[in-house]
Amino acid sequence: MAAQNLQSVPAELTAGTSETAEADGQANFDRVIAEDSRIEPKDWMPAAYRKTLLRQISQHAHSEIIGMQPEANWISRAPSLKRKAILMAKVQDEAGHGLYLYSAAESLGQNRDEMTDALIAGKARYSSIFNYPALTWADMGAIGWLVDGAAICNQVPLCRASYGPYGRAMVRICKEESFHQRQGFEILLELSNGTPAQKQMAQDAVNRWYAPALMMFGPPDDDSPNSKQSMAWNIKRFSNDELRSRFVGMMVEQVRVLGLTLPDDQIRFNEDSKKWEHGPLDWDEFHEVLAGRGPCNSQRLERRREAHDGGAWVREAAAAYAQKQSMKTKEYAA
Amino acid sequence: MSEANASATRITPGNALRPEDIALEVRTGLAKPTEDTAEYALRLGDDALILAQRLGHWISRAPELEEDIALGNIALDELGHARSFLSYAGGAMTNDDGSARSEDDLAYFRREHEFRSVQLFEQPNGDFAATIARQFVVSYYQFLLYSRLTESKDATLAAIAAKAVKEVDYHRDHAAQWVLRLAGGTEESRKRMIHGFRIMWPYVEELFRDDDLTGRLAEAGIAVAPSSLKEDFDRLTGEVLTEAGLEVPDVPAAPGGGRQGKHSEHLGYILAEMQVLAREHPGASW
Repeated sequence: MAAQNLQSVPAELTAGTSETAEADGQANFDRVIAEDSRIEPKDWMPAAYRKTLLRQISQHAHSEIIGMQPEANWISRAPSLKRKAILMAKVQDEAGHGLYLYSAAESLGQNRDEMTDALIAGKARYSSIFNYPALTWADMGAIGWLVDGAAICNQVPLCRASYGPYGRAMVRICKEESFHQRQGFEILLELSNGTPAQKQMAQDAVNRWYAPALMMFGPPDDDSPNSKQSMAWNIKRFSNDELRSRFVGMMVEQVRVLGLTLPDDQIRFNEDSKKWEHGPLDWDEFHEVLAGRGPCNSQRLERRREAHDGGAWVREAAAAYAQKQSMKTKEYAA
Repeated sequence: MSEANASATRITPGNALRPEDIALEVRTGLAKPTEDTAEYALRLGDDALILAQRLGHWISRAPELEEDIALGNIALDELGHARSFLSYAGGAMTNDDGSARSEDDLAYFRREHEFRSVQLFEQPNGDFAATIARQFVVSYYQFLLYSRLTESKDATLAAIAAKAVKEVDYHRDHAAQWVLRLAGGTEESRKRMIHGFRIMWPYVEELFRDDDLTGRLAEAGIAVAPSSLKEDFDRLTGEVLTEAGLEVPDVPAAPGGGRQGKHSEHLGYILAEMQVLAREHPGASW
């Protein structure tokens, strides 16, 4: 509730209390950013900074929660008990990441219920990658290796994000993500060294997840309107294309160890720019999925909606019970 | 536990015990269950495995994120116990090619009538209240069982139980808290909690049924006679039910028979889903 109150104080009130306070706040904020240190929840911050962070952190939280679904899809069918245990633990980690991130977002003045409502109303975004289906067991490997791998490239720099709660949440999340990527790699390696059918399954999964994973870094730099401001605020540290290029370089090395190939014959290291380059990506598809017309958009949201609406009676019961208990305690104390 | 028994295996209660450790001990001959002990371990392993499979379904579908995590954790604990019991059971069983049966051979390549879990574990999740009703019964039962099994003369069973009992103690607390909340929350949640207990309770009696195997093993100090847990179970669950203002449902007991391979219609679907991929690729490693 405290977090909600923060937001319910109208901006013009806080802004209008004193122009000097506003100017002091801005000066302090500018100094913190220039020193590359951290903004904390109680510090003054520009409304646009708050809004940008709220959007980014809540989208990130939603991505973790929606991202549980393609992998949860294989828990019941995992082909060995050890793999089943690892997969369960992984999906559970994702729920934990969602919780940290919702908490970080709450420190900016929006509560989890509001964010969840925005998600299931289709008003909030989450990473488009989770709108692709996880069709075979090898997808558990490809998601871990490519999708979590791309997420790590994106997220490691976020550990230094200027907003304290976000940066700190990312430290823990990145540690777990790197474990997730390793287990994905291990799944693919085992398949690649297995029977011909297993190896084929692995290659097929890599073929399907490669391009969507590359698009996880967001549109090309010349088509990414928010990036510049985020970089000026020390939220984002590297551009989309820069991170994508780095990621391609890492995958090129690792795919050799896997004994598989990447479905892109235009990957090369540009000696002049010292950067990895890749073949063209289908940005029309990206925008289609983003606009809600991907293979699983409707399914993913419906599942979230079902869990949330279907569980409303449980949350109501817990709240009613807690209230009755606290009244009993008060009566006892009186 | 006496020194003589402790020396049967390097694993002693209290040490962190992984299913891989047990599998290794079985492979190297350090741990060798008798046929009876293996059959008993198979029963407990199948209970835990089927429950883990059921609970795993809640992950990404729970009423709140905290419960995705909690139910996922419980599923993971149960799966760990299943892997340990099955790895041990496999030490007295062989595949057609003469190799010892692994946890995966047992989980993925047996048919319905070869599973030894009691029928409560395979009951459908239903709504959250039904899942909690099943979990409440199961976690009190397992808590009492594993508490006693830590004194087993079979050092491996004792070691598995020593690890499991600590985890199941949390499951018991989680389930009891939810029984109180749902029974004392809203009118709807109370109605659902009562319904959840009504549909699960017919399968409670089977948990406490003795047979020749448990008779022989209990006599030898290896297993716990199921019937000997009933009094404590009634008392401990009764305390929570009383606090929740609930009564033990007045419903007839189902005939059960899971320990002899007789199952409800539900198990076939569970196995079809669980085993499909492994069976598509027999002999593959993952």
